Amino acid sequence: MSLLSTLARLEAVRGQRAEPLATVRHRHLSDRPMVLVPLAAAGEAGAPLAVLLGTDRDAPRLHLVPQPLNRTQRSEFLAAMAADVVPYLESFGEQVELLEGSEKDPVSGEKLPVVRELCADAPQLVVPNAAGVAHLALLGRSTRFRRTAEDPDPGEYPAPTQVPLLGRWLTHLTDRAQVPGSSMLLSMTGLLARHWATGQSNLEDQHLAARMAWHLSPSGLEPPATGAVAAEWVESARDAEGLLVHPPAGPSTDPKFDERVLAPAILRYDAAVAVRVRAEGSRDAAESERAAGLVERARAELARVLLAAALPTWHDVWHGLELLRELPPADHLPDRWEGDRWSFTMHRDRVAAGEPPQPRRDDAVTAARKLAQREREQAKLEIQEALDDPLAMAERRLAGEAFAGEVVDVVPEWSAGRSPKPRPLLVVRTGDRPHADPGREVYRAHAEPAQRAEIVSAESGEVVVRLLSGMGRRKDPEPGSVPEVGSRVVFTLFELAPRQSAPLPEPADTPWTHGGPPVVGEDSPAGADEWE
Amino acid sequence: MNVSHLGQASPSLRRLSELRGAAPQRSLDARALAALAANPGCRRRALLDAAGVDKTALADRLGRPAPFGQSPFAIRRGLQFESRLKRDGYAVLMEPLRRLLGVPEDEVASLAVPDLLPSLSPAMRTERTSAALAEAAADPSAWTLLDRPMLRLEVAGSPAYLEPDALVVHGGRCTVVEIKSFPVLDGSADPAKVGAAARQAAVYVLALQQAAARAAGREPSADPYAEQDLPGAPELTVLLVCPKDFSNRPVAMPVDVRRELSTTRRQLSRMTKVEQLLAALPEGMTFDLARDDSGAPTRPVEELTRAVEAVPAAYGPECISTCELGFHCRAQARCAGAVEQLGRGVRGELGSLRTVEAALAAAGRGAEPGVEPALLAELGLDEASERLAYAARLRAEALAAGGVR
Repeated sequence: MSLLSTLARLEAVRGQRAEPLATVRHRHLSDRPMVLVPLAAAGEAGAPLAVLLGTDRDAPRLHLVPQPLNRTQRSEFLAAMAADVVPYLESFGEQVELLEGSEKDPVSGEKLPVVRELCADAPQLVVPNAAGVAHLALLGRSTRFRRTAEDPDPGEYPAPTQVPLLGRWLTHLTDRAQVPGSSMLLSMTGLLARHWATGQSNLEDQHLAARMAWHLSPSGLEPPATGAVAAEWVESARDAEGLLVHPPAGPSTDPKFDERVLAPAILRYDAAVAVRVRAEGSRDAAESERAAGLVERARAELARVLLAAALPTWHDVWHGLELLRELPPADHLPDRWEGDRWSFTMHRDRVAAGEPPQPRRDDAVTAARKLAQREREQAKLEIQEALDDPLAMAERRLAGEAFAGEVVDVVPEWSAGRSPKPRPLLVVRTGDRPHADPGREVYRAHAEPAQRAEIVSAESGEVVVRLLSGMGRRKDPEPGSVPEVGSRVVFTLFELAPRQSAPLPEPADTPWTHGGPPVVGEDSPAGADEWE
Repeated sequence: MNVSHLGQASPSLRRLSELRGAAPQRSLDARALAALAANPGCRRRALLDAAGVDKTALADRLGRPAPFGQSPFAIRRGLQFESRLKRDGYAVLMEPLRRLLGVPEDEVASLAVPDLLPSLSPAMRTERTSAALAEAAADPSAWTLLDRPMLRLEVAGSPAYLEPDALVVHGGRCTVVEIKSFPVLDGSADPAKVGAAARQAAVYVLALQQAAARAAGREPSADPYAEQDLPGAPELTVLLVCPKDFSNRPVAMPVDVRRELSTTRRQLSRMTKVEQLLAALPEGMTFDLARDDSGAPTRPVEELTRAVEAVPAAYGPECISTCELGFHCRAQARCAGAVEQLGRGVRGELGSLRTVEAALAAAGRGAEPGVEPALLAELGLDEASERLAYAARLRAEALAAGGVR
């Protein structure tokens, strides 16, 4: 946590309200996001219990596993979830832009023109918290290798075709969510943490409802309040039966809820199923019908309690989206969203080409590529956020990595040589204390075209820089390329265009230090999965 | 580490029992010890744990109950996994252990599992465990599995009884086996959970090291990395047995706990001796809930709150997930405006500014319009305050530029 965000937290304590950490919105928000509130069964990793999802705030759809230990029911749940989520994801693959580019022919080495498809938009999933993202990753891992009836060897428990497809999508989206600045899969707590500070710690901020209580008075709290009192009420207030008034955002449910509500409801469901099995065994039509009714009612009761456990979080996520939409979008969002669109398009193409699911573990080259991409995107994100948002730039100024001020004097000077070039001196009055020694190269923010300068002297309150580029080719600088006296300027000590890293080798050229070229088939994609 | 034995009549033990009142003593388990070691500066927790006070009931009475609980589903699943491991003469448990410890296949048949008399009192069970351990260690060729042994560790002068899941004894040495129900997925487990398990196992290893030293009549070595060369001494690598991927099949992972061991040892020895904590208490103060015949506490809440407040706490937001009194201490920290409510790191950042009010006052001076940065130094602020004032000026300027204010 930086000192500026600590300061914002202190202010939030004083006002008992969330304080801004950004003046613009730094993440892309889709016009048609899909919100998912997943719930997990306790005790088993990645065991789904229910999910509340949809693109319409007023029409969430609930899918559930009536008996979480029953693998067939789990399979049915995943099939139902896939039937809901996969069409949403695939609907973005239809509208494409055609981009002309060129590719080097591997044989002749000639450059050949190619036309590539780029999807016009990409899907966006929003979950309540980071644990929700982790749960989706586990669901992806547990389903993408499932064998279906269409496989040559379907195995004992073939899954519906869409289940492994859902697994591959979830794996792709959760993997992409690791890329800094990406917006295809977002957690609401993460989004809020980027844009606002609360008067509590990071740890407590992981509780979505407690976080939201610093923005809006939670429903049901009398008298209405925001801040620490409201957050504590949301965390701990229980009704007469000992149940939390505001259930946690999941995926784990409240243990008391498991004990007092969920376990009895599942027990009743199991009992109803047992009655039905007996009735079907005795071939009594009237009894069978009655038993089927019992099962139906028990299932409806489970759906009722699980909906009640997920609905408050559903509303919290949509409230959060509303808050975020009030912020103006940052200038660089379309640029970063294009990266997401490429990621989406490429995965769409891999699925269409019939490629196998993502391996359990990445090979050395893939892992190195992913790491390099994340580092590159992190550097890009930091630069773009600083340019888009004065508050993000303030972080860099506080760290001595940038300075802002007013131009108080411009001294026209030229370089020596046969064709002199403009090298004007700018005297900048600033309260910042950049870690800048004379001779250090600096970069002018928001300059079009890019402009470099060099520190001539840096004293407390006044920095003198010499502009080195971005002033045209003639002897006199292009009009408007040299800031005038009285204008505000920002210079950064970090480069404004991230550096390209050295290219990585082709997979076939993986050095022996990294395990050598990957062996095909080593990681059997549809191997006998741990399915008991 | 204080290994002196407190006799029944020792004044400290008598005072601790007074503090607890009529309630039965809660014994410290390894999880609580690991949590305590994570916050060794907290006198409140150290004293309440040493006295064996039921912190859950205390938190309830103070009006801010602990948010902990375990789902019946999680408990059932944990029991299922454990009973599966112990089926058929521990066959499923020994299968992954065999590979790791190099137990030959034919030798497993002769695995001895002595009866550790689980229905006796903790002190008796400890005696029984050490006897069984000595017997098993005496024969280097034998393979012995101690199922749910009982160990004793002195913590700040009071005994804590610990129950590891299992110990495997061979070649005169023993290995701690810890059974957990989180999965090892594609060869790796959640590092946070492995870390917690390692800290817990380190407490067992420490207790075993002390027991081995006691049995040999030697002082326990102060060097945490020294392998003990004594009969029945523990290996410094423990075995974590977890479900493999999404199945019920077990997989064993060796975890080197030397680092956790040295941390735990240092933290526990740093823990203020219970005698010192007791000496600082006001006369006659207790945490007794004074339950009536129906079990309802009758002690006035204000009186109890005063008693708890007489012992200083070291609150940090992590306490909420590890201590029953977390919510109570948080409310106190918030009331006092302590900066720790925002996180332990914040305190370091703010230097001598210990309250929210003081920090905001320092920041406020920087945000005033027209204050030149050069003047800030002249205001006589220390470095942290000066930096905060500078930050406040930058923040105000950025918010104005962004059109937020």
